Amino acid sequence: MRVGFFVTCLVDLMRPSIGFAAIELLEAGGAQVFVPPTQTCCGQPAYNSGDRADAKALAAKVVAEFEGCDYLVAPSGSCSGMIKTHYADLFTDDPAMAKRVDALAAKTWELTAFLVEKLALDKVPGRFDGTITYHDSCAGLREMGVKRQPRALLAKMPGVTLNEMAECEVCCGFGGTFAIKFGEISSRLADNKCEAVVATHADAVVLGDLGCMLNIEGRLRRRGDTKTRVLHVAEVLTGKAS
Amino acid sequence: MQVTSMHFKERAHVKLHDERLQHNLKKMQGKFVAKRRASLVELDDFEGTRDAGKAIRNRALENLDVWLETFERNATARGATVLWAETPADVNALVLEIAAKHAVKKIIKSKSMVSEESALDHAIEGAGMKVVETDLGEYILQINDYEPPSHIIGPALHKSKEEVADLFHKAHGTPVKTGIDELCLEARGVLRQHYLSADMGISGGNFFVAETGSVVLVTNEGNATLTTTLPKVHVAISGIEKIVPTLEDVATLMRLLPRSSTGQSISNYVDILTGPKGAGEFNGAEHMYFILVDSGRTTVLASDLREALRCIRCGACMNHCPVYQNVGGHSYGWVYPGPIGSILTPMYVGLDKAQDLPAASTLCNQCGVVCPVRIPLPDLQRKLREKAFETGLRPWSERAGLATWSWVAQHPALYGFGTKLGVRMMKWWGGRDGMIHKLPLASGWTDGRDLPAPAGRTFRELYRAQEQAKQR
Repeated sequence: MRVGFFVTCLVDLMRPSIGFAAIELLEAGGAQVFVPPTQTCCGQPAYNSGDRADAKALAAKVVAEFEGCDYLVAPSGSCSGMIKTHYADLFTDDPAMAKRVDALAAKTWELTAFLVEKLALDKVPGRFDGTITYHDSCAGLREMGVKRQPRALLAKMPGVTLNEMAECEVCCGFGGTFAIKFGEISSRLADNKCEAVVATHADAVVLGDLGCMLNIEGRLRRRGDTKTRVLHVAEVLTGKAS
Repeated sequence: MQVTSMHFKERAHVKLHDERLQHNLKKMQGKFVAKRRASLVELDDFEGTRDAGKAIRNRALENLDVWLETFERNATARGATVLWAETPADVNALVLEIAAKHAVKKIIKSKSMVSEESALDHAIEGAGMKVVETDLGEYILQINDYEPPSHIIGPALHKSKEEVADLFHKAHGTPVKTGIDELCLEARGVLRQHYLSADMGISGGNFFVAETGSVVLVTNEGNATLTTTLPKVHVAISGIEKIVPTLEDVATLMRLLPRSSTGQSISNYVDILTGPKGAGEFNGAEHMYFILVDSGRTTVLASDLREALRCIRCGACMNHCPVYQNVGGHSYGWVYPGPIGSILTPMYVGLDKAQDLPAASTLCNQCGVVCPVRIPLPDLQRKLREKAFETGLRPWSERAGLATWSWVAQHPALYGFGTKLGVRMMKWWGGRDGMIHKLPLASGWTDGRDLPAPAGRTFRELYRAQEQAKQR
């Protein structure tokens, strides 16, 4: 099984360790991981800002890079959701391309969903001792159906105690360029999320999307909270966070 | 209503720091959500009912002209007069004409958001007549010098009972009350006099039923029943998109509307009004008029945003919207706030006046998954963003930033070089605590948050080094 790993631009630039953790998990599940070296961005910033032409160009690039793989897996619900649920909208006037897009969408997965549903990963390689709370990122939850999968994987770790926060499905306020264009509103939503996280007294808030992680961590630190850790689920599962 | 949507950001800023409003919003927050969720379990197949609701609304919109003519024919046959208003100004002119014809001096109104679009109350008062809002929320706003509504279901939801008590004390000259029951009784006492002395009643219309020529009104206070049956003239005003083909369709939509809205199995009152009072009938207005309003609806119908017209005005999208729940309805600057307002406002008043509304969304899709008629609200917001981008409404700095990123991302070698440099600079900038506290080009981020600094080397370069080491 040849899995094309889409690292996502945010992980590439900001926190490469998440990418390596994800690859370790995929390999632990028996996948043969291939990382297309020319990959960059899925085009979501352009798409959500109304720039269809650039979104289309980047989408076509991702399709060309990954269509040869059996699967495309990304450590992000947002970027995998862009490919799986939005690329088709960009090629409604191009039947040939639409066909290729549909084929890729059908084999595009978010990391934890892939580990549970396709690889049936039964043993988690890492160790983590502590209390965590899980934030359901919007696109992962509502576009990719990611909810029970990360929790199922974390439940395999004997040292992990999950303490669910209130409103774990409410947006953290990231929203891509929204976070900069409407910074004040975005910060307020992030603040609400921080309140919910802190109320659980968890050692770490764990989630599956780096955009939300940067938002929540950035707000926690600005609030003066240097203690609560903000971790990607792949980092926890591989023990990279302990 | 005057449009202030171009000031969304400034207004949101004020509202975010309005302690009383924030307190009131927090108190409301979650109530609608919990009640809705609890009420859904009564339906065997809520998702299937949503599909049916969507299909009904689509069927109505696909042949809207035919259903409207059917409605006109059937309503006329039952003795009502059907009038058409192309613009908000036409709505006001028609109402004033009807009032003049029947020598009307006093008008009572139940809730009509469409009449807010044309500021009908002001037009009525300008023509020298008295108008009284009978929906409790609308009444509270009216006696507060016509404060705009902040929610389509609960127009005065942003107000606490203490604020209402103060308003009643000022407007009625009565001692300040403290209990909600007492306040309701006081309003009831005041409004009863108006019901009995008004000569015209204006209502909105939740649905217009084509096969019977009826208007359906959904309320909890019973005020619409009195407004439409006690005065000698009844005028029902609503948008042309509110048509549904059959009464059976209404039955299906009524399974969705109160549950999605207030979490009720059914609202306290559902009025179905067909024609004026007939010979030998005891209740009803002697004269019945329908004003069917376009005011931009046909433009939406002909556009790629048509799905927004399926809206049955339940308010679930705003009740679940994290942005609305924090900035409140007034920030949106026109009649319809929240996610549905972010589509309708730019379409009805012009994208140039309201381009912030579809942009001010995280696209979290909480609204889309609760919409009873499956309006893909984030997709429609994105379409409006595309229109704003295509017509050059976005600032050049944003366009330049996006264009640079997209161009670089299409050139992997350049991307590799640029990002290598960028992450090193940003790591340095992050300093010892690894946090960037100030970013000149992205102060929107750093005004309220730190930005965790990058690790300093990109995944692509680390991965390449690792692979090369393996081959050695």
